[in-house]
Amino acid sequence: MRPFVYERPTSVSAAIAIASRPDTVHVPSTGAGTQFIAGGTNLADYMKLGVARPERLLDLNTLAEPALRQIRIDNDKIRFGALVRMGEAADNNDVRRRCPVLADSLKFAASGQLRNMASLGGNVLQRTRCEYFREISWPCNKREPGSGCAAMEGSNRQHAVLGTSDACIATYHGDFAQALVALDATVDVEGSRGRRTLTFSKLHRRPGETPDIETDLAADELITAIEVPLAQWSSRSRYLKIRDRESYAFALASAAVALDMDGETVRSARIALGGLATVPWRAREAEDTLQGKVLDEATAQEAAEAAFADARPREHNAFKIPLGKRTLVRALLETRDMKG
Amino acid sequence: MSDAKISSGLSRRMFMTASVSAAAVMPLVNSPTRAAQPASAKPAEPRDLSAVSMRINKQTYNLALDNRTSLLDALRDHVGLTGTKKGCDHGQCGACTVLIDGKRVLSCLSFAVMNQGREITTVEGLASAEGELHPVQKAFVDHDAFQCGYCTPGQIMSAIGCINEGHAGSEDDIREYMSGNLCRCAAYPNIVAAIVQARDETRRA
Repeated sequence: MRPFVYERPTSVSAAIAIASRPDTVHVPSTGAGTQFIAGGTNLADYMKLGVARPERLLDLNTLAEPALRQIRIDNDKIRFGALVRMGEAADNNDVRRRCPVLADSLKFAASGQLRNMASLGGNVLQRTRCEYFREISWPCNKREPGSGCAAMEGSNRQHAVLGTSDACIATYHGDFAQALVALDATVDVEGSRGRRTLTFSKLHRRPGETPDIETDLAADELITAIEVPLAQWSSRSRYLKIRDRESYAFALASAAVALDMDGETVRSARIALGGLATVPWRAREAEDTLQGKVLDEATAQEAAEAAFADARPREHNAFKIPLGKRTLVRALLETRDMKG
Repeated sequence: MSDAKISSGLSRRMFMTASVSAAAVMPLVNSPTRAAQPASAKPAEPRDLSAVSMRINKQTYNLALDNRTSLLDALRDHVGLTGTKKGCDHGQCGACTVLIDGKRVLSCLSFAVMNQGREITTVEGLASAEGELHPVQKAFVDHDAFQCGYCTPGQIMSAIGCINEGHAGSEDDIREYMSGNLCRCAAYPNIVAAIVQARDETRRA
């Protein structure tokens, strides 16, 4: 592991001041020499592998602001401080009651130990598990821009079929982010140029020709909070995750679904797909097909077809298209059968 | 008979350490902290050691560590508590599970310097001073919840966390919430049975 300087800033502004020194800005946030660390479950692993090579770590656990560690639930929103741990959010009874898709997307992610460590802010920024990204001897456009992509013709069973480019097919593996993108969550960000709020769907960038640029964040920007709007219908929501083994595995396919129903008819549907795409994936085409329709097997199937109309399989991951469709159909019907 | 002296007086590890690598023994337990940051205003650099003070099994340790040292390596190589095991060293197997401030975590993915002021509990800290086993340890013995035993310290620490979190309500829950601890001998049925027993004893207590 590359040696690094370790610092314990005591406030958000102090952390940003260190991170915004001239040598660290204007590079992709994940490639910056100074990295924030909270749970460390993703970063420490990638530092051991030599994929992440920061020269300075800023420990966010010493930040004093209490709001960073709080979950606040109002009538119309849930606000998570960025340092709230996954386990705490998953076990929060009000989160589960008001919005099960949030709690389940956390509960079915990682393991009990990892959920006790990983912060929500760090969780949404977790990096891909693509084997060719993780092992530094392979060419990888995400790790080393312009070097090529070993996954294209390699073992690509777990890779993405949605949102891919000729440069990168690495999957975004997170679960919580699928619930957030489906529910139109927002992210509060603070950096040397001030504070801003961005919609969650703008946080991650599709790979395109620059898969090394994974997020919209500058190197000195820090997520401070995640806010999820709530409605009456948020309680009719569900996260279905399909894996190679029943627990403690990344999704082969997953679906986050929330339904606003008028009797049997869909007023509006929120759908995101995980394990299938390069970024947290909102399936708006699928949502549109359901609007105003009675939700049954046939309309659910139509939605699934729409969701995968632009899917692009590689040699080993074509199975993800029918699997993803079946996952979405089941998630839609199970969510329909929940109490509104 | 001929082994009696060794088994009573010397552990295998002590024997190996003493005979093979005496020079590598780390005398850092409770050693005075070496200054991590020089008193001068020299900016911090990666070669600097960092001072970190932790409570480990109710005893205070002041350590001076390379920033790269994981909590796992600090426990095993610097403090001499080798009960916590290194399996994958990448957060995938659970063998290195310890409690930090009462919560189960993976010590391999936690940099030791990030644990300033924290209360660490390892498997060595579970039994009472009189040697009475923790209910989870006793249950693992009662149910033969291991074969090779390498994952066992992590299983036990994780089981304590699982029970304390209230996630041991049913056998299905136990399997779900213990899924971060792999056992390549596949002693899983006995591990689940042990946790059920320990859960019930803990509830009665």
